[in-house]
Amino acid sequence: MLIKKPSDIPYSEVTPRGLFLRRREFIHTAAAGAIGAAAGLSPLASARVGAQARTKLPNVRKSPLSTSETANSYEDATGYNNFYEFGTDKEDPKANAQRFNPRPWTIKVDGLVKTPTTLDIDTFVKPHALEERIYRMRCVEGWSMVIPWVGFPLADVIKRLEPQPSAKFIEFTTLYDVGRMPGQRYPVLQWPYVEGLRLDEAMNPLAILVVGLYGEVVPNQNGAPIRLVVPWKYGFKGIKSIVRIRFTDKQPRGSWEVSQAREYGFYANVNPNVDHPRWSQATERRLGEFRRRKTEMFNGYGAQVASLYSGLDLRKNY
Amino acid sequence: MTRFGVLRTAIFAAALVPAAALVYGFFTNDLTANPIDYITDTTGYTALSLLLITLTVTPLRRLTGRNELIRLRRMLGLLAFFYACLHVSTWLVLDWFFDFASMAADVVERPFITLGMTTFLLLLPLAVTSTAGMIRRLGRKWQQLHRLVYVAGVTAIIHFWWVVKADFREPRLFALALSVLLGFRAWWTLRTRLSSRS
Repeated sequence: MLIKKPSDIPYSEVTPRGLFLRRREFIHTAAAGAIGAAAGLSPLASARVGAQARTKLPNVRKSPLSTSETANSYEDATGYNNFYEFGTDKEDPKANAQRFNPRPWTIKVDGLVKTPTTLDIDTFVKPHALEERIYRMRCVEGWSMVIPWVGFPLADVIKRLEPQPSAKFIEFTTLYDVGRMPGQRYPVLQWPYVEGLRLDEAMNPLAILVVGLYGEVVPNQNGAPIRLVVPWKYGFKGIKSIVRIRFTDKQPRGSWEVSQAREYGFYANVNPNVDHPRWSQATERRLGEFRRRKTEMFNGYGAQVASLYSGLDLRKNY
Repeated sequence: MTRFGVLRTAIFAAALVPAAALVYGFFTNDLTANPIDYITDTTGYTALSLLLITLTVTPLRRLTGRNELIRLRRMLGLLAFFYACLHVSTWLVLDWFFDFASMAADVVERPFITLGMTTFLLLLPLAVTSTAGMIRRLGRKWQQLHRLVYVAGVTAIIHFWWVVKADFREPRLFALALSVLLGFRAWWTLRTRLSSRS
């Protein structure tokens, strides 16, 4: 007799528990809203109830590419980050992304690719085995964390999508939906958020697409349902909530580069020797530690990625 | 206590709320995942807010004709200075832990820190000369010296502006508020000069 162990359930069949809960919440909120409205109160006042549920991901393999450093707490990684689509304070994403629903979700694949297509998120993720990658994450602002991501190599996705030989870059786009991402009401950055990599950078085994962290489905505030993680670059390269992947022969211009080209370059490799024009990048504060620590070249991933940049002037190509 | 005394005490207590919240947050482990940055931001923000509130006293007094308001000015100014001290100490102790070489490099190389330090050094003599004895001793010079607060307001706002990455809504609002507050003074000075000439 074949008994299906819980760990055999594929990713595509994991319905985030949050969706069930949200349905109940919706009823609850609607009721509360009606009562509130009847009492002359704003129904918005009750719209903050409830939070996302946490859903475990099955069949997550360990990876030799993980660091042995101690990971930060779940609360650190999910309660303190930048995701301007949900507000510009570090605690805004957690506060404002709770009710964001990352389903249904599709990813458009176009540009210089064999077959332009639009894929449902679950179809997109299904062919890939999930791995845990414990990576250092260095923010351009000068703080860092260690986060156990769950995902799969971007290289595998690229091979599957089959870019044309003329494709030299890969460009990602975040969802643009002002109703669901309240931070997009203000033109703080150019919306939708765009980021890109050189195709050879994207093929590096360290570059991953992430659908989870701490063994669970990635929370909304960290870029649900799917995001990029490129651990040798500053955190802003790790574009969140991706809806489009485009292959191109022209270097993409990321949203931060568009906003301040002198401060945020296309490469954005972690580099203690090249300062941000307004602050030093020589040191960083690992969250949870008191003293600053020295920032490492390529965030400590030089052995795997330095060869990508041989002959390139990293001062000019910051 | 007189009604004015109650107002004064209430303002004093309200101004201490941000500091009290930091202390409470420290003991309840609720200062975000990055407490040092959070303390730096909160103390700086409060210092700047109080500085602007201090600069509101004179225009408010002239516009309302309520002269007793002037008695709030020193207290508000010293509260702003108190938060500026907390802000600088956070940088000195928590952020760099007395790493004077790095801090010196920061002050010289980072324009926003240069301006932050400038602001603090401008406020320092104002705090020192805020006593009744000093006011008496300095006479007319006191007033001239304390005009430095206008410069401090400007440098503080540029300092804030330069530390922000992309969301300039708050620095813009502060800059607008300061322009209005300094605008009143410029207008009044101009008017006085014109009328005394004629």
